[in-house]
Amino acid sequence: MRKSPTSIEDRLAVGLSESSDPVALENGSRVGVIGGGPAGSFFSVFLLKMADTIGLDVDIDIYEPRHFVHQGPAGCNHCGGIVSEFLVQLLAAEGFRLPSHVVQRGIDSYMLHMDVGTVRIDTPLEEKRIAAVYRGNGPRDALPVDVVGFDRHLQDLAVSRGAKIRRQLVNQVSWEEDRPHVQCSTGPSEIYDLVVVAAGINSNVLQRIEGLEFGYRIPETVRTFICEFHLGEETIRKNLGTSMHVFLLDIPRLEFAAIIPKGDFVTLCLLGDEIDDSLVTTFLDAPEVRACFPKEIVPSTVCHCFPRINVKAAVRPFTDRIVLIGDSGVTRLYKDGIGAAYRTAKAAARTAVFHGISDEAFTKHYWPTCRQIDVDNSIGRLMFTVSHAVQKTRLTRRALLRMTATEQMRAGDRRHMSSVLWDLFTGSAPYREILFRTFRPAFVARLGWNLIAGNVAPKSLASTNGRPTNGDANGH
Amino acid sequence: MGIRSLGKRYGSGESIVSQGAVGNCMYVIQEGQAEVYREENGRDIRMAVLKEGDFFGEMSIFDHEVRAATVRALGDVRVLTIDKKTFMRRIQKDPSLAFDIVRTMSQRIRQLNSDLAEMRARESAE
Repeated sequence: MRKSPTSIEDRLAVGLSESSDPVALENGSRVGVIGGGPAGSFFSVFLLKMADTIGLDVDIDIYEPRHFVHQGPAGCNHCGGIVSEFLVQLLAAEGFRLPSHVVQRGIDSYMLHMDVGTVRIDTPLEEKRIAAVYRGNGPRDALPVDVVGFDRHLQDLAVSRGAKIRRQLVNQVSWEEDRPHVQCSTGPSEIYDLVVVAAGINSNVLQRIEGLEFGYRIPETVRTFICEFHLGEETIRKNLGTSMHVFLLDIPRLEFAAIIPKGDFVTLCLLGDEIDDSLVTTFLDAPEVRACFPKEIVPSTVCHCFPRINVKAAVRPFTDRIVLIGDSGVTRLYKDGIGAAYRTAKAAARTAVFHGISDEAFTKHYWPTCRQIDVDNSIGRLMFTVSHAVQKTRLTRRALLRMTATEQMRAGDRRHMSSVLWDLFTGSAPYREILFRTFRPAFVARLGWNLIAGNVAPKSLASTNGRPTNGDANGH
Repeated sequence: MGIRSLGKRYGSGESIVSQGAVGNCMYVIQEGQAEVYREENGRDIRMAVLKEGDFFGEMSIFDHEVRAATVRALGDVRVLTIDKKTFMRRIQKDPSLAFDIVRTMSQRIRQLNSDLAEMRARESAE
């Protein structure tokens, strides 16, 4: 085992040895990025930015056949489209501003709907710090307005930094003469010093990568449901406001359900164990869901899909000169997929620029980020099991509602349950951190008290049921 | 400046941060402009005008001093808050997160040096 460095000289020596990877990017190196969604664009921006800091000149080609300018499925990336509170802050600090033509609605609160009542949880600073965005250019039949999808916005940032977009679909990645080759349906194959796969979990490219036999295994996936309803801006303001609406309902196989207001449309996301038509129908028939729509009538969808999402990390998402990021590698369980794309993209870019592009460099500097997300997802699974238990027991649902509502009404109080629910729903904190918060004596004591008070005198719940949510009303 | 904006809205002339106040966050302007004032000998001295994408209040993130200046909305402005706790915890894992802030602080120091040199040159000429 290597002795841990203590003196400055030792540290410098280790630093130099770490950066002298035998396989590294050099001036004029070519990088091919397969996929121009958030992971691919974040990677390109970070790689070019970091390379610039050390005077390294590299060329990046992003392979993305979609322009993200068409409405409906052709330009869409099949995702709920939420940029978490945590990520909005990090992006702002890094100079990635999300302008109003990209943000479809700024979210300042969550409405939690249960059969025992509804409670509103406000953002800690009563500020819109969650962004509801379109991944494409809006749903089918949307009126042409000044809208730029999130994916297109990031792609434009990558291009402004110097990346080139190739509007081609990659159909093969092969390995010849120590370099990865990228082959599209037309044109000759291109040779790269580094290939970054950011293709998303629903892409066929992942099977080609698996076929390279360096040990990569495609992540496990489950089927989800996403659809869009057209309600019009005024109706959305009255019925849903600037809140994201989440549901804790006792419906088998349903882990998480959310209604997200965006411009003239609302997006419905259902996550769980192989969501199918019958589960969607059961959910839409629930009175708590119908209450979110005008006259309690759920309108027809204008667009819907059953995309698959990654629920377990890929095995070995890297080798010499190839690295897989975003959903192709690892993402956060049920939440903050864009945040995971940001983290894995940045870790891969940092490794490539400062440590090398060998299997060893990725093992040492990229894999820990993936591993951290994967371990946290295991804790997340435990938390969703607990959430299931809460969903099934009226006693605990009442306690949860009472505790949250009480905290929200008392300004200045420590918000134990509110912060747990907020971070669980928004994906703003790691699952491990949220779990530890629930072990605090104050949390346990308050929950115990609310279990008694919420069930001995359940009538008192009536006074805490959902305050109206209206973006204009609260001055935002 | 409506539903499609992030951050918090401040009306014209409204203070976003006040000189001498304790700060535990920094801010990034999302839309609009803000002006930076410093009170010296009972007079308000305008230091700068900030626009979309500019940040302020970053000094309170890195030191434990009070706010060095007052920042007021110049017309309607929308400002996003970045929590000190969120930011500093993330920086421990990803120091490159501070790169843009360090670069901007460096540019501001260059500007201050230039202003100081100009001021001294003017003084010696008088």
